Amino acid sequence: MKTSTKISLNLAVTAALGLFLFWAQGSLDGYKIQILNLIAVNIILALSLNLIYGFTGMFSLGHAGFMAIGAYVCSILIMTPDQKEMLFILDAAYPWIQNAHAPFLVAVVAGGLTAAVAGYLIGVPLLRLGDDYLGIATLGFAEIVRVIANNIPRVTNGALGFKGIPDYANLWWNFGWCLVTFYVIVRIINSNTGNALKAIRDDEIAAKAMGINVFRYKLLSFSIGAFFAGVGGALLASLLTTIDPKMFLFTLTFNVLMIVVTGGLGSITGSIMAGVGITALLEWLRFVENPISLGSFELPGIPGMRMVVFSLALIFIILFRREGIMGMREFTWQGARNLLTGKRRAS
Amino acid sequence: MNAAMFIQHFLNSLTLGSLYALIAIGYTMVYGILRLINFAHGEIFMLGAYFVFWGLTLVHLPWPVAMVLSILVTAGLGMLVDQIAYRPLRDAPRISALISAIGVSFFLQNVAIVFFQAIPREVYRPEWLENPILMGDVRVLPLTLFVPLLSFFLMMGLVYIVYRTKTGLGMRAISRDLETSYLMGVPVNRVIAITFGIGSALAAASGIMWALRYPQLQPIMGVVPGFKAFIAAVFGGIGSIQGAVIGGLVLGFIEIMTVAFFPELAGYRDAFAFILLILILLVKPTGLLGAKPEDKV
Repeated sequence: MKTSTKISLNLAVTAALGLFLFWAQGSLDGYKIQILNLIAVNIILALSLNLIYGFTGMFSLGHAGFMAIGAYVCSILIMTPDQKEMLFILDAAYPWIQNAHAPFLVAVVAGGLTAAVAGYLIGVPLLRLGDDYLGIATLGFAEIVRVIANNIPRVTNGALGFKGIPDYANLWWNFGWCLVTFYVIVRIINSNTGNALKAIRDDEIAAKAMGINVFRYKLLSFSIGAFFAGVGGALLASLLTTIDPKMFLFTLTFNVLMIVVTGGLGSITGSIMAGVGITALLEWLRFVENPISLGSFELPGIPGMRMVVFSLALIFIILFRREGIMGMREFTWQGARNLLTGKRRAS
Repeated sequence: MNAAMFIQHFLNSLTLGSLYALIAIGYTMVYGILRLINFAHGEIFMLGAYFVFWGLTLVHLPWPVAMVLSILVTAGLGMLVDQIAYRPLRDAPRISALISAIGVSFFLQNVAIVFFQAIPREVYRPEWLENPILMGDVRVLPLTLFVPLLSFFLMMGLVYIVYRTKTGLGMRAISRDLETSYLMGVPVNRVIAITFGIGSALAAASGIMWALRYPQLQPIMGVVPGFKAFIAAVFGGIGSIQGAVIGGLVLGFIEIMTVAFFPELAGYRDAFAFILLILILLVKPTGLLGAKPEDKV
């Protein structure tokens, strides 16, 4: 297939997404729009974790920490000084926190960059560790971020968190960032850097023997992943309009991990499909926690049931379909055409 | 700080440390054999405490009976988890089993929320553990003596099993090399199941004593002690039982003593363990007593 055809197909899909969002903005109710927004944010988070874990093979459980950093930095920047004065009731904010203000785009980028710097700083010591040790150490990092957020009330307003964060994150912002994340990560994966990352994932020692500077590439991938996790956190903060340290528990990382594993480690297509599917499923599963009425008879709602179903699903996927929906395969236009025309293999 | 207060802090540290140590042993045994971080171990700890609570309130069992029953049931549960969620993944990449373990952890936690409700429950404590003994200026809760003593006996029993029985020999063989043990006729799956059973029994014992010491049960109560005990195991050198005990005690002392001497750091208490983890991983990744794993090409 010619490159120009592929480009025009890609543009057509982007335009279709734009039209869909335009339609959604006008005719869907607030709840459904919120779900679409969550889908976009979850895809950003899943893609960033997939870059770190699926493509570079670094088992990181620190996503909630990066998200927290992005969310706090962004919120502090987009709230007006007056708003912050009202908000910090226990301890007045430091003047530089109090007066910091920036437009939304700058705030989100700042959130992402701060998270990336944090990723770089903890990456230098931690990325020397192997699989599960890295997982537990990054989990420790996320917990430390949360404990710190709880204990510096003059920056984060302590356990109370922020309320009334301006809700700039609409469909356009979220899906715009989603496209940026998608584009950047796809370009990285398909570049020579991407080949180096995949080589490290498949066999670190062999990659080293081939002259790849393993540590540098790991650090690069980890920092980029942290950047987009921070962006995701920033968007989430503006989307939900309230944040507090309790929000960034391990559960948050677990949800992202679930999306990546379900979609298939090392598959961008898989992460997007699972991001849509699981976000929708999680919302739909709320019905098991609400009271169900059967005629005159009412079944009480069962709190916690949603996560029971969800975690069972994860165990089943790992036990019976470890490669997830897509394995390591990707959607390509060529593949789609072959499927339509019934051709098995094409040049 | 006077001597009396110091003795009290010392006893509290010892109590907390031995509770961490009991949980850490379960982590270290499973990791030693399967190279798997059993994420669900904290939930096993939580369920052990809940089983005693239900034994006491629903069936009105006497304390010792409820305790023994709960330990047995929890041990069985640990074996069941291994059977269902880990055994099919023995040949899979190690991270798959870890993700399965994370899934089991969330599953058990939320099953507890569904069945036991999220409201905290108060455990009834027998009186003879409650009345403080006065020794000069020092007020000592019998509990703070009972917990380290019982923990000590349980650990002695464990050391006996690991170093003096055939099953223990099997455990040590498997931790060296699983495949070769298999070829030498060690009943690998049975020994692994027993390992899970013993680890879960110790976690249950710890959970029960935790419930006596801090008498509030919640479905999420296992998460933080679970992580901390894992860190204690890493600190001591994962795979080593002595290391887990030392790590648990050190962590208990660090937590209580730091807050005792620097009360302004109390808010950061939950971060100490994680800072300790990152430090030990940087300085000596194999822990105090850990063996160095080779990187095979």
